[in-house]
Amino acid sequence: MDVTSILIILLFGTFATYFSGDKWAGKVALFFGLASLAATIMVLNQYLAGVDVNFMALWIKNPQVYFALQADGLAIAMLLLTTALVPVIIFSSFGNKFESAKSIYALIIFMAFAMAGTFLAADGLLYYMFWELALVPIYFIALMWGNGDAEKRKKAVVKFFIYTFAGSLFMLAAFAYLYQRSGSFLISDLSRLPLSEAEQFWIFLAFFAAYAIKIPLIPFHTWQAAVYQKAPTVGTMLLSGIMLKMGLYSVIRWQLQIAPLAAKEYMNVFIALGIAGVIYGSIVALRQKDLKRLLAYSSLAHVGLIAAGCYTLTLDGFVGAVLQMIAHGFVVVGLFFVAEIIYRRFETRKIAKMGGIRLQSPKFTSMFMILVFASLALPGTFNFIGEFMVLFSLSQINMVFAVLGGSTIILGAVYMLRMFQNVMLGEINTKLFADVTLQEGLTLGIIIAFLLFFGFYPNPIIELVKPSLENILININRFQ
Amino acid sequence: MITLIAITGLGVLCLLFEILNWRKIIIPFTILGLLGVLGLIYSDFNNVESYYNNMIVVDKFGMAFSGLFTVLAIFIIALSHDFYAQQQGKLSDFIAIKIFLLAGSVAMVTFGNLAMFFLGIEILSIALYILAASDRLNLKSNEAGMKYFLMGSFASGFILFGIALVYGATGSFDVSEIYALSQSGLIPQWFFIGMILIIVGMLFKIAAVPFHFWAPDVYEGSPLLTTATMSTLAKVVAMAALYKLVSGLNANSSPIFEIVIAVVSVLSMTVGNLMALRQDNVKRMLAFSGVSHAGFMLIALLTLSAGSGILLYYTAAYALAGIAAFSVVIYVCKNKGNESIANFNGLAKSHPLLAAVLAGALLSMGGIPVFSGFFGKFMLFTEAINSGYLAVVLFAVVNSIISIGYYFKVILAMYTKESVVLTAKVPFAYYAVAVVSILLNLVIGLFPSLLLDLMV
Repeated sequence: MDVTSILIILLFGTFATYFSGDKWAGKVALFFGLASLAATIMVLNQYLAGVDVNFMALWIKNPQVYFALQADGLAIAMLLLTTALVPVIIFSSFGNKFESAKSIYALIIFMAFAMAGTFLAADGLLYYMFWELALVPIYFIALMWGNGDAEKRKKAVVKFFIYTFAGSLFMLAAFAYLYQRSGSFLISDLSRLPLSEAEQFWIFLAFFAAYAIKIPLIPFHTWQAAVYQKAPTVGTMLLSGIMLKMGLYSVIRWQLQIAPLAAKEYMNVFIALGIAGVIYGSIVALRQKDLKRLLAYSSLAHVGLIAAGCYTLTLDGFVGAVLQMIAHGFVVVGLFFVAEIIYRRFETRKIAKMGGIRLQSPKFTSMFMILVFASLALPGTFNFIGEFMVLFSLSQINMVFAVLGGSTIILGAVYMLRMFQNVMLGEINTKLFADVTLQEGLTLGIIIAFLLFFGFYPNPIIELVKPSLENILININRFQ
Repeated sequence: MITLIAITGLGVLCLLFEILNWRKIIIPFTILGLLGVLGLIYSDFNNVESYYNNMIVVDKFGMAFSGLFTVLAIFIIALSHDFYAQQQGKLSDFIAIKIFLLAGSVAMVTFGNLAMFFLGIEILSIALYILAASDRLNLKSNEAGMKYFLMGSFASGFILFGIALVYGATGSFDVSEIYALSQSGLIPQWFFIGMILIIVGMLFKIAAVPFHFWAPDVYEGSPLLTTATMSTLAKVVAMAALYKLVSGLNANSSPIFEIVIAVVSVLSMTVGNLMALRQDNVKRMLAFSGVSHAGFMLIALLTLSAGSGILLYYTAAYALAGIAAFSVVIYVCKNKGNESIANFNGLAKSHPLLAAVLAGALLSMGGIPVFSGFFGKFMLFTEAINSGYLAVVLFAVVNSIISIGYYFKVILAMYTKESVVLTAKVPFAYYAVAVVSILLNLVIGLFPSLLLDLMV
């Protein structure tokens, strides 16, 4: 069994979900999500046992494009993030009623397919195709099932699409150029290409246009808050939980391997951009009145730090960034789900209109509390390990970066705790807050269990990703 | 050669059927006949032969493009039955004209002699003039026919004058002889002047900037099916013929040629896109988008050595998407009297399949993978970079971004606006053409080698 099985399950699942009809779509989608998770775990086992799980076949003769899927530790870790989160996201949405459920669930599974493909692709053009393909389902999900004023939503979503599409096209041009230089799109060839410094600089920038928009880094983040706010919660979870990790993953996999000299030359600039995102995101989050927007800006701050970790070009930075990607994926999905749970009861996302939930639902309060702590990277949560490693690697580059990056913990504590206070504490609101349902509690429970388990025992994941990150570092350092 | 004879014979038969009063079977019969023609093309695809003193030279290039034209013609004819429901009495005329148009197209990619080329282009153009004005009682259609006729014959005049100059310079109409002479380097200056005139005439036909002014008005005024024909079949034919002319006559040997084509290409993309952004009428929008696509196709002229396969691919992707889009547009705008984007409001709710097809077609034109439009663009980019036209590629990239803006206007209208009630039943033919053409588009998107390797 090789990695194609995962993609086949998800692609088949897309059609099966669509044709199963509105009533069954959610369950069918959940089934295929879990099936892909099972397949991923089997692939993981085989990979650990040393079996070759890669797949490669010639797809187009001229230009030479391979249908090449490659699963190293890094790719499998990201794949696990995808296939583990998608069932959680689907399950979390069972409390919502969607118009035309078959379409939205089919789109979710299709998006999982595209994202899994992005993480697996070892051929530049194939990778680009999956990368773009992931954009189409989220566009329709946000557009058709989103909330708020339709005109404003349309504007936000179209802006998002055009931004990301524009960025990707520059990446496509870079791939066209690379093909002309090397006659191949395979990452194994591209990562050995002896490009001149000037070439690397332009290629780095072209990739950067795609990734900085997707992640998003300052100053390319302007689409983010509005889309997170307007998209339905499942869409926001997909975007923040998995899709933006595509950008971060690609930085390590493609951008840095192909054009490492530019990354070294301008390292300080890119780390500074990431850190600027940390500080800017945190400060703007302080002033948000809408819960989803606040979480969007907090997400901006976190991914800024992850990106900074990637651009340190050190092993610690890489490992920390990858761990943090996974941890952030789970936390952010949990937090957006909390926002959704509150919205289901209060029908508002305005923080000012909430309050007094703790007295009515202590169980929910403690789960929310744990998620907030995880988001703040308290020791004992998975997030702590990643964040600590990233900050450590930053301190090796320059102490100032580490100090500024570390401000995320303090600023994060300020806005997250203040939010928690306003949302949960205080006198009993006039509105009733029904206790969490079993399904809601189970969803949050799974996420929390994951975060705590790997918080105390992160070794399996570190061991999984470390060797492949070391290989990538060798390619990055090939010019010395 | 036999394909050309078969197609012409089919047209004549169509007219005979009218006399015999077999009007009902005209469309099924012609579709079957054209499928037979496709079979003929397939069976002697690899034969390179010339007929009648090099008047017609059949090679892979000509065969591959003839095949594409025939497929497009089948789609267009399949749409005809329901489209001309009000004018059944003239059905045989319309079908016969379309088949003759196809004959002209085939002549334009298999010519071995400039006289044959000119015959082809005139057959094609005259058929289109008639079709443009075929809605006899509609003032706009008359205007479109007249405008197209005046502009088109002006362009034909240019081409004819150009051919005369080339003849003056080389003493021959024969393409291979002209090619040999132009290689020798001993060629008078007016050969290039003649070539420029021919190219200008052809740029008129493909509606490249700055020769595009007729296109929006003519597209808007003509009956929808004619617009579909002009923007898919006719544009592709003119582009293929231009490619064959330039590569066959060695016209690119002058260094200015490439600069001029690069500038025209960039201008077409940019002006076409910027104008398309401002349109509220779907026909006009597609017309301007066609102008910008012509700009993309012109990139193939800059990369002549590897260009033919890519041009075939790009034109096939564009034309199939165009057919799919138009078959939906024809249904939605029927009996509406206008083609405003508002007509598409809420189509996703009332006709999800049609909306999905139109969305797919527009995404293909915008260059989103897995649709073949993406590969077409990508291969053009790769080849252009290979030939050192990085600046053109950058313009093309920026233009691809702009084009998303107006394609999405239609998609947004279909998926987010409140529905306009469409009661008319969708004829089966529309469904069939829309679905089959978008599926073909997807298939060549998933397996680009099918077309790319045809010319190797």
